[in-house]
Amino acid sequence: MTLDARTALRIAVKALLLFVALNLVFALTDPVPALGRLSLYNVLWPGRARLPYGDDPVRAYNLSLFDLNAMFASHALAGVPKRADEFRVLLIGDSATWGWLLRNEDTLAGQLNAMRLKTADGRIVRAYNLGYPIMSLTKDLLVLSRAAAYRPDLVVWLVTLESFPADQQLAHPIVQHNAEAVRALIAEHHLRSRPDDAALLAPTFLQRTLVGQRRALADWLRLQTYGALWAATRIDQHIPEAYEPAQRDLDADRSFKGLLPPALPKDALAFDVLDAGMRIAADAGARVLVVNEPILVSTGRNSDVRYNFFYPRWAYDQYRVLLRDHLQSRGVDYLDAWDLVPQAEFTNSAVHLTPAGSRMLAEALAKVIIGRG
Amino acid sequence: MLATETSPPAAAGRWALDQAQARSIGLFVLSVLAVYALQPAMPIRQMDFWLPTASLALTVMVWAATSSAFATHRRPDRATLTDAALIGGITLGIAALRFVEPLSTLITRTSPPAVLSVSAALAITALLAVAAGRIIGLRPAWTTALVIALMALLFVLKYEPLTQAFAALLRVAQGQSASQASALDVRWLGFSYICFRWIAALRERALGRLPAMSLREFVTYAVFAPALIAGPIDRPERFLKDLRASFAFNWPDATEGVRRIAVGAFKKFVLADWLALLALNEVNAAQAQGAGWMWLLVYAYAWRIYLDFGGYTDMAIGVARIFGVRLPENFNRPYLKPNLTQFWNSWHMSLAQWFRAYYFNPLTRALRMRAWAAPTIIFVGQVTTMVLIGVWHGVTLNFALWGLWHGVGLFLHNRWADFAKARLAAMQERPRLQGAISAAGALLTFHFVALGWVWFALPDAALSLGVFRKLFGL
Repeated sequence: MTLDARTALRIAVKALLLFVALNLVFALTDPVPALGRLSLYNVLWPGRARLPYGDDPVRAYNLSLFDLNAMFASHALAGVPKRADEFRVLLIGDSATWGWLLRNEDTLAGQLNAMRLKTADGRIVRAYNLGYPIMSLTKDLLVLSRAAAYRPDLVVWLVTLESFPADQQLAHPIVQHNAEAVRALIAEHHLRSRPDDAALLAPTFLQRTLVGQRRALADWLRLQTYGALWAATRIDQHIPEAYEPAQRDLDADRSFKGLLPPALPKDALAFDVLDAGMRIAADAGARVLVVNEPILVSTGRNSDVRYNFFYPRWAYDQYRVLLRDHLQSRGVDYLDAWDLVPQAEFTNSAVHLTPAGSRMLAEALAKVIIGRG
Repeated sequence: MLATETSPPAAAGRWALDQAQARSIGLFVLSVLAVYALQPAMPIRQMDFWLPTASLALTVMVWAATSSAFATHRRPDRATLTDAALIGGITLGIAALRFVEPLSTLITRTSPPAVLSVSAALAITALLAVAAGRIIGLRPAWTTALVIALMALLFVLKYEPLTQAFAALLRVAQGQSASQASALDVRWLGFSYICFRWIAALRERALGRLPAMSLREFVTYAVFAPALIAGPIDRPERFLKDLRASFAFNWPDATEGVRRIAVGAFKKFVLADWLALLALNEVNAAQAQGAGWMWLLVYAYAWRIYLDFGGYTDMAIGVARIFGVRLPENFNRPYLKPNLTQFWNSWHMSLAQWFRAYYFNPLTRALRMRAWAAPTIIFVGQVTTMVLIGVWHGVTLNFALWGLWHGVGLFLHNRWADFAKARLAAMQERPRLQGAISAAGALLTFHFVALGWVWFALPDAALSLGVFRKLFGL
């Protein structure tokens, strides 16, 4: 084909106009959320056993993204219609619930499912792992608000003090990139976080264009692609053979998030978010079981001052009392499993469990679940 | 005013000549700069400067060895001195950037070495070039010695234990600890391709077929910027024809060049990089469960390597085309070929042609002289050629097995074609049947090639055998 200068210029101008038009349409229609609902998971690939998250995509066949629609569409929960004989349990929480350094079968959900539990009325307990490796109750609320549509019978909400600080609720990318949904939750449940908080991102027009959204699109495509490797290997996390164990010898530091003894003010903790979660679960017809998740109780240096890297004793002890009293006042089921697991069964953090530690928690939970079923 | 295809030759003549000269100098300077600019950083201090300098120094020496300029003890002509001064000037200019702090890494990845060291290296290069010219230039048979030396260097860079030893040597030379040496320390950009161009020139010289090339032309040929990273490997006389042809910028070539670049970029950066997420590798080969998924990984690898390499080639051909150089095609729909012989006539064609010209043909000629049986000659020729092509990628058992896989495959196809020739000829009047056989052949060939990648993609034979077992449910 022979092209002269004028034809080449005409083609270039047309291509440029098309490019601009495409970007404008993209920014005006914002098709990313709709695209997120389209998924090869549960169609071509099996659904994932936990929400997508991964710092090392090449080895984990998994990645972190911010599109909740795509994340949920990739989960097995989205592909399994609830059967009449199913007692559906959703596990919400942080990296301990997600199963950091644990294979799927060793996570809390995996262990519960392996027990083949049945409720008193004969329903089969089926647990779904909706943990996500971020410590923020608002993140949990965001997940729960989506998960409520999947008809849970019981929501097991695993919490720890690190998820509670009110001023840290919005300080996580997954929360910040879902600003619109978070603002809606703030408004609907009158949360103390401010809807105009600068942490909640407001994308500019350019950021909403095709060019601006290229990262979101690439993430969606990579998530779909990694589905093949998830199907081929059933691996969704790179678990190294060796890791640095959680700190046992501690600094004699009594502070917690800038707070000092003697008192841990209740208003410094986001109990309002916890209450909002109860309402969402109740609206969905599900009961809630709040679990204060196990922590490493160290016996190393300065363990008289701190339980572990995260918590000074005074703050954690007061938190437990505050949490218990708060939940009791609202009639919410509560399991305080804080010292259930011995320190030998923690891996690289004061909340990450070994398979055996996870098993201990699952057994304790199983008793409560069967009792509630 | 730009000359176009429709410009009258008389009117365009003077302009075209000027553009041709500008193009020739431009490509020369661009290619010399690209040797430095494209070289990645390395853990060994300043090697991102010294290895490109070594590429250029060796290029100058090979040129001297293949040139008649020194053969008669005459002084080099003015053009040669000008070209040499230009190379030296660029090299010194890059080194001098170390004094201009914001620009010190403008061309090289790290700050260049001292100008005095670079001057000394240039002086040594000049002396070695003159020596190469006077010793080898007068004795064409000695080119063989230089070819062997270059192949030995290539072997060092392809054989991990030797590369590691070489890295240790370079580390010591740069005042670093040898204990940290690793084969990955030495990443000599484009060396495999440049080396094959040197050898092509030396062999053509020994056979008396190399046209006289100026230093500028030879350097441009050996380190031609668009083809520096991943070929194609052009032949010197063909490249020279394009380089010496009158050149005038024209839209058809430019648009075709841009089209090839766009197609190549799409193949490489969209399709191949996407398939890379799925392609067979050391990690997923051990993890994948089930034959179906394993086949998916193998297919993904087969297409990924084709689109990756084909994409690079398209971009190289496209860039060269804009400058009026028509680099040889490297791929011609290889996965649609009905047999392995045709596959190797359409996959990495410039490498296959290089081996055919400088290894396979001379070898089979020599074996025929010894009156070996034809099938034996074909077997030895094809298997050794393909094993050499394999180890050109790296001296490892798996690359050798990949070569062996294809060598045996080519031999079997050759024997089959010989056996079935008469029967296939009888089918010429049945086009549908012929089409069906051709399609079945393409499918079979693709799968043979795809399975061959299992050797190529993985670092050890046991892992590859494990993949074969999974693929066939054994």
